[in-house]
Amino acid sequence: MSDASLNNPALGATAVQPYDAGFGDYFALLKPRVMVLVVFTALIGLIAAPGSVHPMIGFCAILFIAVGGGASGALNMWWDADIDAVMKRTRSRPVPGGRVTPQEAFGFGITLAAFSVVMLALATNFVAAGLLAFTIFFYIVIYTMWLKRWTPQNIVIGGAAGAFPPMIGWAAATGSISIESVLMFALTFMWTPPHFWALALFTRQDYDNAEVPMLTVTHGRRSTRAHILVYTLLLAALALALGFSSVGGPIYLVGALLLNAQFVKGAIDIWRRDEEIAESDYFAVERKFFKASLTYLFAHFGLIGVEVMLSPFGLGGW
Amino acid sequence: MPLSRQHEMHNRRLSRNIGLGIALAAFVALVFGLTMVKVSTDDFTTPLASEVN
Repeated sequence: MSDASLNNPALGATAVQPYDAGFGDYFALLKPRVMVLVVFTALIGLIAAPGSVHPMIGFCAILFIAVGGGASGALNMWWDADIDAVMKRTRSRPVPGGRVTPQEAFGFGITLAAFSVVMLALATNFVAAGLLAFTIFFYIVIYTMWLKRWTPQNIVIGGAAGAFPPMIGWAAATGSISIESVLMFALTFMWTPPHFWALALFTRQDYDNAEVPMLTVTHGRRSTRAHILVYTLLLAALALALGFSSVGGPIYLVGALLLNAQFVKGAIDIWRRDEEIAESDYFAVERKFFKASLTYLFAHFGLIGVEVMLSPFGLGGW
Repeated sequence: MPLSRQHEMHNRRLSRNIGLGIALAAFVALVFGLTMVKVSTDDFTTPLASEVN
C-alpha cells in the first residue's frame, strides 16, 4: 500500500491496514514463549557438557539455536495459517490476523533458518549446526507438514523437534553426542505428549474445529486420560534415570523425586476424572496439570544447572 | 502531495525499521566479537603459518 492511499477518504485513513506489519508482528512469528524453553534447555545442555566454552562462543551458540527455533515457529505459522485461523488459541497470530502475509512469513522463516544454521556452524561446529538443521527440518516437514494433520501420534513423534535444543547445546560445546545429551533429549521428548494432551483436554473444541487428529478427537477423552497417565509414568522413570548420569546428582535426584511424585499424582487425578465433573469445574485439574508441566520441565533442567554450578565447589554431581 | 497526518501505518513502519536497524547493528557487533575470540584462541593458526610449519 502506498502513502498516497492514506489520503484517500474512500479507504478509511484510520482503519488498520493489511500487510504492513510492525516489528512486534515479526517478533511474534518467532513464537517467543517457545523460544524461552529452547534457550533455557539449550543453555543447560551447553553448560552441563564437559570442558569449557568461551562465554562469547556460548552466547552465540544459544542465540543461533534460539533464532533457528524462531525460524521454525515462523515456518510453522506459514504452513498452518489455515488451522490457526480456526483455533481460538491461535487466531490472533500475525498471519491469520492479516498483519503478515503467508509469503512474508515463509521468506522470514526460511532466511532465518539458513542464517542460524550457517552462523552456528561458523561459531561452533558442524555437528551442532547439523543437529539444528535437522531439528528445523523435522519440525517443519515431518511434524507440521506431515504428522500433524495425519496421525494422533503427531505430538508423540513431533515432540522430538522441541527436544533437540539441549542436545544441540551439548554438541556446540563438545562437537559430539553422548548418553547424557540423549537423556536430556528423551526427557523433553517424553514430557511433550502429556503436556499437549492435557492442553487438548481443555481446548477440545479448537482441535475439533480445525480437524487436527489429536488423540482427544480420534480416540476419545477417556483414552487420552489413560495415555497421559502411561506417558507420565514413563517420563518419571526417565527423569529419575537422568539423575544417575554424570549430569545428575543428589540435589537433582531429590528434586526430581518430589516433582515426579507431584506430576504422577496429577496424571492419576486426570485419569480418574469423570468427564461431567471435569466440564462442571471448567477442567480445573487438567489446567493445573498443564501449568505444572511447564514448571516440571523448567525445574528439571534447572536442577541440572544447579548440579553443574555447584560442582566446582565439590557439592554438585556424583 | 505531502502527507498531513501521522498515520498508524507509519508507526508500524518506524518500529520495523528501528528493529531491523538494531538487529543489524547487533549482528555486526556479534560477528566482530566472535572473530576476536576465534583469532585469540591458542589453537588458531593462519593458513600461511600452518604452511610454513
